[in-house]
Amino acid sequence: MDAIVLQILNGLDKGGAYALIALGLTIIFGTLGVVNFAHGALFMLGAFCAVTVKALLSLEKVALDPTQTTAWGTPLEIRTPYVEAWFGDFGTAMLNYSVPISILIAIPVMLLIGVSMERGLIRFFYKRPHAEQILVTFGLAIVLQEIVKSLFGANPIPQPAPDAAKGMIDFGVAIGFQAGNVVYPAWRLIYFLFSVAIIGGVFAFLQFTTFGMVVRAGMADRETVGLLGIDIDRRFTIVFGMAAVVAGLAGAMYTPILSPDYHMGMDFLVLSFVVVVVGGMGSLGGAVVAGFTLGILQSFASMNEVKDILPGIDQIIIYLIAVVILLTRPRGLMGRKGVMEH
Amino acid sequence: MTTSMTKSDLLLLLCFAAAVLAGPVLLAPIGAGYPDLLQKFAIFGIFALGFNILFGLTGYLSFGHAAFLGVGSYTAVWTFKLLSMNPIPAILLATLLGGLFAAVIGFVSLRRTGIYFSILTLAFAQMSYNLAYSVLTPVTNGETGLQLAQSDPRVLDIAFGRDYGAVLPSSDLFGISMTGYPGFYFCGVMLILCFFVSMRIFRSPFGMMLRAVKSNQNRLNYTGLNTRPYALAAFVISGMYAGLAGGLLAVTDPLAGAERMQWTASGEVVLMTILGGSGTLLGPVIGAGAIKYFENIFSAFNEGVLVQAYSFLPEGLQHVMVWISSLFVGEGWHLTLGALFMIIVIFLPGGLMEGFNRIRAWITGRFGGGGGSLAPAAAE
Amino acid sequence: MSILSVQNVHKRFGGLRALNEVNLEVEAGTVHAIIGPNGAGKSTLLNCFVGRLEPDTGTVTFDGKSLLGLKPHEINQAGVSRVFQTPEIFGDLSLLENVMIPAFATRDGAFKMNAWRAVDSENSLHDKAMGMLADVGLAEKAGEIASHLSRGDKRRLELAMCLVQDPKLLLLDEPTAGMARADTNNTIDLMKRIAKRGITMVVIEHDMHVVFSLADRISVLAQGTVIAEDLPDGIKGNPKVQEAYLGGAHL
Repeated sequence: MDAIVLQILNGLDKGGAYALIALGLTIIFGTLGVVNFAHGALFMLGAFCAVTVKALLSLEKVALDPTQTTAWGTPLEIRTPYVEAWFGDFGTAMLNYSVPISILIAIPVMLLIGVSMERGLIRFFYKRPHAEQILVTFGLAIVLQEIVKSLFGANPIPQPAPDAAKGMIDFGVAIGFQAGNVVYPAWRLIYFLFSVAIIGGVFAFLQFTTFGMVVRAGMADRETVGLLGIDIDRRFTIVFGMAAVVAGLAGAMYTPILSPDYHMGMDFLVLSFVVVVVGGMGSLGGAVVAGFTLGILQSFASMNEVKDILPGIDQIIIYLIAVVILLTRPRGLMGRKGVMEH
Repeated sequence: MTTSMTKSDLLLLLCFAAAVLAGPVLLAPIGAGYPDLLQKFAIFGIFALGFNILFGLTGYLSFGHAAFLGVGSYTAVWTFKLLSMNPIPAILLATLLGGLFAAVIGFVSLRRTGIYFSILTLAFAQMSYNLAYSVLTPVTNGETGLQLAQSDPRVLDIAFGRDYGAVLPSSDLFGISMTGYPGFYFCGVMLILCFFVSMRIFRSPFGMMLRAVKSNQNRLNYTGLNTRPYALAAFVISGMYAGLAGGLLAVTDPLAGAERMQWTASGEVVLMTILGGSGTLLGPVIGAGAIKYFENIFSAFNEGVLVQAYSFLPEGLQHVMVWISSLFVGEGWHLTLGALFMIIVIFLPGGLMEGFNRIRAWITGRFGGGGGSLAPAAAE
Repeated sequence: MSILSVQNVHKRFGGLRALNEVNLEVEAGTVHAIIGPNGAGKSTLLNCFVGRLEPDTGTVTFDGKSLLGLKPHEINQAGVSRVFQTPEIFGDLSLLENVMIPAFATRDGAFKMNAWRAVDSENSLHDKAMGMLADVGLAEKAGEIASHLSRGDKRRLELAMCLVQDPKLLLLDEPTAGMARADTNNTIDLMKRIAKRGITMVVIEHDMHVVFSLADRISVLAQGTVIAEDLPDGIKGNPKVQEAYLGGAHL
């Protein structure tokens, strides 16, 4: 029993990341009609926002202390991060909380990236065939990841969670299990809650604002909304920017769980696409449900008990589910009729 | 056999064959006249030719064709190990198994169209890739890759009294080693053969039906034709081409690794095809050659070469130019590849062949007194 | 002899009763028109003939064989060709290819791995296709790409694509919709010529001028039910038709 709870918990953070990326993908697809293969790259760029913030905060002032000398007789170099030099303890705290802080930076940065991507490239592809949309965004994804590779190198760059969230939570005790059986890293729980909050925010935005209403109407019937004389184009730009921000935040917060490297976007992209297709192209609820479901199933499949019976199942479970779903329910779990059928 | 071939097609085939066979001489001036690279041109030319029969004619965009390439390579290496170092059984079995895999994956994937089809092929390819790394290690030898061993049984070779002694054998065609130029000519002849088959398919009623699949499936169904077997046949043929290409990779270098099956490798063959011109006969071969050529050139560049190249500039500017260029070369070759991908799709979706046609139309329009219609050429 | 027989066909979409106990007999060699106001169920009925829709109950028999449960390509192979309201053609292919594909379909069946012989060597089919294009007045455009045609020409091309199959039954969904008067008259002439060859036709049409100059027999559909079936003259004088279809106005 506790093993099952633990696996569900293990699947939640990954599921949250899938859901957040898939949500953006499906919104972009539903409103703009564009298949965005560069969405994984946005997740990766968000993660590297966190890397950049950490690097900037860690910039150090080097002072020579003439009173102390090293073993070689040269004055000792004292390195203090500027933030600590300027803000004292508050600076230390900033360093500690670099990942959460990076969210604040990631929002405007990702918005800018998203908006310029849409204005500079995507909008020229609204009327082009899906195959060409896939190809051009695939090219863009390669370009973005290679730029990141040349700037940050090819190796993963570990990002620490804040000290306060580094420990484990004995989750089992909270729900009446024996202590020590269901322990779970605090940050992963935070990530799950964070993703739920963002998902809630996106849904609330779409549900309760006029803007969101237009977007939902656009997802249901693009042509009619266009006929109503609503300036769809500008809204599309904002929608794309939003989706970029969501993917970016998902990436930035994920860095303590998975040390970011340049190809993490591609890895997540393929899985997120599968999530979208399983959930149903253009279905918001489907993306979220499928995201968490697949995340949890994946974590179950990597249990040793399961792997003993079905060797290798952890490697292919998501794809296998996608194949089964697509063949039995061509529109995915919650897909609408007529979306992408030709 | 060639009774129903038009003169212009026969001429095209002869020119193509001549160009391939004279490749070592023709490509020497641009520094590509050496066998290792020429082998790659031929092999990836075959891969792209096959992909084009599916994508170019029917419009089904598969993101999983690298899987068939990988299957071909593994099959060929196993044939070497178990049967014989002769390349003929190896490529025959590689082609066959590539086709078999394609039949299974295609049968399932073709139940959907559009992006769903693409995702299904992607899912299957990723499954094969992941399995090759994990459970199938006894067959694929996991991360190390499948290699020959001196102790391999090679039953046919033994039966015919062929003993490689204490050295690790390399593939040979009745005594001619498949490395260097002989290896290239072996691949080159295969390429010519594949081109010929592809040409027959293009000109045949079957090929016309495949183009009709791309153009309007609804009409095709109401015209009394069953779309799915046509698409499946195209899928299997392209899988066989990929299997053959994978087999040839193993023939020239008897080693097979799972990274050949990754989906980015599938993306590469898409790029080759559209760069050359998808749906055109010659385009994919040109696209494959261009990409492998530039990959070779660009990967070879390093800082030193760049500093040399920009030595005519003032020092500050030189540094800037070296830095910018270094993003695109050497390790950064993939950046060039990605950028090329975008540029082609944005500006020249018909690929290089469309570019040639535009130039030709421009010239005839200018100097030939007009009248040349661009439309049929562009649509081909 | 009746070639197409529709008996007791019902079709519901959710709460909407699209077809309600439709009965229809189409005599071989005649032109049978189906008319009716918008939303009367004409297109639904047509879609039941070609395998796009499956009736909830009832039978559709063509040439003594049930069409129910057959796929569109199987129905075509049985001898039924269809012209769409908006022309469905192979836009990327040449006119000649557009007409040769159905010719191949009729000769070789739903699938044939005919991958070695060249299309160009198929002289008899080539001649047949060219003859058909000449029939509809498109011979001189045979090498052009179909998507470049005008709407009227596309329609004629689609007609040629159907006729080259020598269908036993030709279904036409508003063949003159959106056409100028002159084009309409050309189309009427063309269809009269087709009718003379003895091809059975079922025509769905809005334009009364077209209906009365072509049809041998007319069925009137209103609210999913056949309210009248008669010779054209009989329909003209039928008060029930005028009431339902024209709201009392005289034809």
